[in-house]
Amino acid sequence: MSKNPEFVKFDKVDKSYDGKVLVVKDLQLDIAEGEFITMLGPSGSGKTTCLMMLAGFETPTHGEILLDGNIISNIPPHKRGIGMVFQNYALFPHMTVYENLAFPLRVRKIQKDEIDKKVDKALSMVSLNGFESRMPAQLSGGQQQRVAVARALVFDPAVVLMDEPLGALDKNLRESMQYEIKHIHESIGVTVVYVTHDQSEALTMSNRIAVFNNGKVQQLSNPSELYEKPANSFVAEFIGENNTFNGEVVDIDKDKCKVKLVNSEILANPISIKSKGEKTTVSLRPERALINPTDKMDNMFTGKIEEVIYHGDHTRVRLNLLGSSEFILKVPNSSSNLDLKVSQDINIGWNSADARALDPK
Amino acid sequence: MNLKTEQILTTDGVPLSISLKKAERKNKIKAFLLVAPLLLFLLITYISPIGEMFTRSIDDRMITNMLPKTFKAMENWDGQELPPEEVYASFLSDYKVLVENKTQGKLGQRLNKEKNGFNSILKKLKRKMKKFEDGNYKEQIISVHKRFADVTYWQAMKRTAPPYTIGKYLKAVDMYEDQNGDIVQVEEKRRVYKTLWIRTLEVAFFVTIFCFFMGYPIAHLLATIPVKYSNLLMICVLLPFWTSLLVRTASWMILLQQQGLVNDFIVMIGLVGDENRPQMMYNKVGTYVAMTQILLPFMVLPLYSVMKTVSPSMMRAGKSLGGTPFVSFWKIYFPLTISGVGAGSLLVFILAVGYYITPELVGGASGTLISNNIAYHMKQTLDWSFASAMGLMLLFGVLAIYWLYNKLVGVDNIKLG
Repeated sequence: MSKNPEFVKFDKVDKSYDGKVLVVKDLQLDIAEGEFITMLGPSGSGKTTCLMMLAGFETPTHGEILLDGNIISNIPPHKRGIGMVFQNYALFPHMTVYENLAFPLRVRKIQKDEIDKKVDKALSMVSLNGFESRMPAQLSGGQQQRVAVARALVFDPAVVLMDEPLGALDKNLRESMQYEIKHIHESIGVTVVYVTHDQSEALTMSNRIAVFNNGKVQQLSNPSELYEKPANSFVAEFIGENNTFNGEVVDIDKDKCKVKLVNSEILANPISIKSKGEKTTVSLRPERALINPTDKMDNMFTGKIEEVIYHGDHTRVRLNLLGSSEFILKVPNSSSNLDLKVSQDINIGWNSADARALDPK
Repeated sequence: MNLKTEQILTTDGVPLSISLKKAERKNKIKAFLLVAPLLLFLLITYISPIGEMFTRSIDDRMITNMLPKTFKAMENWDGQELPPEEVYASFLSDYKVLVENKTQGKLGQRLNKEKNGFNSILKKLKRKMKKFEDGNYKEQIISVHKRFADVTYWQAMKRTAPPYTIGKYLKAVDMYEDQNGDIVQVEEKRRVYKTLWIRTLEVAFFVTIFCFFMGYPIAHLLATIPVKYSNLLMICVLLPFWTSLLVRTASWMILLQQQGLVNDFIVMIGLVGDENRPQMMYNKVGTYVAMTQILLPFMVLPLYSVMKTVSPSMMRAGKSLGGTPFVSFWKIYFPLTISGVGAGSLLVFILAVGYYITPELVGGASGTLISNNIAYHMKQTLDWSFASAMGLMLLFGVLAIYWLYNKLVGVDNIKLG
């Protein structure tokens, strides 16, 4: 079975609510059949608007949205056949769990025994058999969430949209629901478009992540690439933790460049800079800098410990390094390095390949 | 398991329930003192008038006090044949007392209501009884007028003996107690009140329906448009509240009268000729129009407050699951607003059932309601006991509707804001 790589296609989509500000700018996004794609971004970045346009509750100001090759801009929401899980679940409070799940099937005039079968199947998918006659108010938050997922899937939609569905759950429940949704996606192979502002959620669940900011997709790639190889300083900042150095390129080679900081120079990996004299922001993941490195590394400096914060599985160390007192180090908690003290001087080293010279902030 | 549940004691050995009561007592007293002024106010201005109305509506003690000996003597009378001499004698002695106190007229009126022709024979008795001799009163009284020998008159008098009567209530539904003590309807052409009750319920019902159909879209709009517009719209809805009821009704009179603006307009656009302008006032039409407008806010506000709580994602969910806009509305949105519909309808219906000023001013003969009749008996005929009876029937009618509503929808589901 060949999967359509352009199952959902946003083709040059613009959206403005007031005629003055573009909430979504020239969006070009292809979603493959069976893919789990996450739209990640801070609030107001346009990700939910994209979802609403796909669901049919908002119309694009310009451009087209295609579903399986067909333009859907003029199809009303109820004819699109797209399942949706809402932020606050939107379970119908006056209907039982069974009636909630049967609603999309009943409006499609499906036979009673067929409905029973499908509802039963959907409920077993979220392991909620036996809850048919409960009212939504009698369920816990996690159970309501599962009913909402089951309801969005029960009528076998081609695409399921999820709008921050786990936002209202507590941390543990959220994590277990993340895995559950991921497994459901894997087992039935439905295309999922997921919206969240929680980066760890996005990294855990998705095949690909589209990072939104100011109405534009900043980077579209799989989770590891997004984390390891951020394309610009916004993505580097938004996904995970990040040490930054602002400076000017003084020398550039094929895969190395020299960046002049206030009173020192570091070597970095040129990503979005082309020539000498450009301003740049160098981004380095905290776990890529090592204390007293045994290997030879091309960036070696000495810093002073400003603060040590215990985090259970790791210790976070804030250093004064190269004129900045915001340099963060993540040290795994093994017995060897528990002797870190404030105002102690330590040697820090990292490889220039891990220090990505990106666009200036 | 031990059936006797062990009493839980606090650390100093006092049972927990007693200790709890003690701790709560101060708060309870405080709470009671806070509501006491209102309670007293309600007692004086609400509960006691209702009690007073109730006694007044069934009170028939006036005649009982006027003829104490007669009614005592009548206890031994079977009510079939003419009463024995003893009854005639006691009646004469009672009547003499009344004549001395010059209150015999009231007795005449009261008995005349029970049976026509009583008043005249009593007046005649008053003139003749001065010449009566002692003994054999039965014969002497009968000689005054032959009606005193008619057993139905005595039966009528006996019926007035109990200190309480439901006669006023029967009258309010066009019924009365006939000579045999059976409850029967009055003749067809004299039935007034039944029509009035039915009309009152009909007007209240249709006003509620009209208010619902006009108020639901407004409330929905209010609940869904952005705040800056909804505030303005809300003021428009509330504006009538801030205008005097009398002014609003009077402005409807200006609009609806035969030379009024509405009539002028439809004549101008040629819908009707100038000579047959429709009558829109002093009939039910006027009552419907004016009452709907006046009661509309009472429908809109509860609906609005309920609709405000219904998340817009409900309709979206319905649509995304494949329901057409109508199905989503009817199966999801509407059921979620049903408590507001109930509250609004109940409020409008109860207010409409007892409405007075508007039907009085624009209702005319065919548009007046039961409350207008109550006012008529309070002010014109001065039959306060009848007015009280009707008022109480209205009150209990409303309570019955409330009870029914509670059974069907549940009062707990009401949301008034």
